[in-house]
Amino acid sequence: MFDVFALGPTGWGDEMLMGAVMTVLVSSSSLLLGITLGIVFAACKLSNFFILRAIAAVYTTIIRGIPELLVIYLLFFGGSSAVMYLAKIFGYMGYIELNAFTIGTIAVGAISGAYSTEVIRGAVNSVPKGQFEVGKTLGLSGYSLYGKIIFPQVARIALPGIGNVWQITLKDTALISVTGLVEIMRQSRIAAGSTHEPFIFYTAAIILYLLITRLSNIFFDSAEKKYSKGYVAKEAL
Amino acid sequence: MRFELMYESFFKIVEGIPLTLQVVSISTILGIFLAVAVALMRISGNRLMSLPAYYFVYLIRGTPLLLQLYFVYYGLSQFEVIRESILWPILKEPYWCGIITLTISTGAYSSEIIRGGILSVSKNYIEASGALGLSQIKTFILITLPITVRQALPAYGNELILMVKASSLISIVTLMEITGIARTIISKTYAPVEIFLVAGSIYLVINFIIVIFVNLAERRLGIEKAT
Repeated sequence: MFDVFALGPTGWGDEMLMGAVMTVLVSSSSLLLGITLGIVFAACKLSNFFILRAIAAVYTTIIRGIPELLVIYLLFFGGSSAVMYLAKIFGYMGYIELNAFTIGTIAVGAISGAYSTEVIRGAVNSVPKGQFEVGKTLGLSGYSLYGKIIFPQVARIALPGIGNVWQITLKDTALISVTGLVEIMRQSRIAAGSTHEPFIFYTAAIILYLLITRLSNIFFDSAEKKYSKGYVAKEAL
Repeated sequence: MRFELMYESFFKIVEGIPLTLQVVSISTILGIFLAVAVALMRISGNRLMSLPAYYFVYLIRGTPLLLQLYFVYYGLSQFEVIRESILWPILKEPYWCGIITLTISTGAYSSEIIRGGILSVSKNYIEASGALGLSQIKTFILITLPITVRQALPAYGNELILMVKASSLISIVTLMEITGIARTIISKTYAPVEIFLVAGSIYLVINFIIVIFVNLAERRLGIEKAT
């Protein structure tokens, strides 16, 4: 029964593992894009300009109210022409086709970004106003204020939330399989199709996802510990 | 923007709304029963009950819904035993596989919401109820459940919206609900933006209506907004 998972050309073991690597790669790049979008749109939501707040509200409402699959279809079928349209403005007339990895990262990153926006906004809001005021009083601004004083506090509070977003993002990447990117989901479909053993391969896929979840939980737990060092000591007193 | 195409496809996509709503409501209702059962198992204090419930929730929350759907639809049908069992007429239908998968999924997610709600019920109420001579079952139905509903409703409203979104996945196993029809039109007309706007708006309207209803229910039950 386990022959099908042999490594090398006779079995699907190495292919499934490569699928898992692809899932982790596309999830990580989507999370990074999502956090970047999250920082930008959280800044928009917290800004004093109505238009910026409105744009951010439209973005998060659309992503949170529309199925992920539709967003992926939009980018899968429309992504390349959108990029070509932009390229034309800059004078490039050639044909551009985005690969499945790029489209997947943009789609899942956009979805992930809406959740990150809320997490980051909440975290920034929970930093006491006094911290900003004291920083400014000390004459700090720019990187020394936001990078050294505010960011560590935001990171500590946002980390558990980002851990949840990672979990959602990881699962959302399974949807990219419909665009042809060979990650766990797609690979197990291919293997199931050619061996006529869907049960075994979908079970293997389940185990791979649970394994990635387990490992990332360990990672996030230790990161949380690292960022809340000072706070743990305070509570122990 | 091809507005005429948007106008025409609107009427085609609208035809998918009944299927979406049907699948969502059937699996939501079945899912509530599953969720209450799983939540009660988890807080039962008996490891033989709570451990399976814990692993069930872990398994469902840790894997993508699409994979669960494939597992039920393609994975189970591999076995002769299942193909010859009385369950086969159900398990060979993508419609029922979709409902089974969505029920299991929402059952796992909502069980956590319900568990949180039940745990939030103060012990004083339970003790007071016992002192008044109410049986355990009566205490659960008359005291615990109403308070749980109040506690869990805001989070459950979110779960309903997630269910509407999740139901789009059944289009992958050939069911022609909103997303399925939208996808077909996109691949025929190659107008992804237009069709996305039409189908997306329909989803937003459905979810907006759900939000309104949940808010109404919250107000009736006297739940104060945490914001």
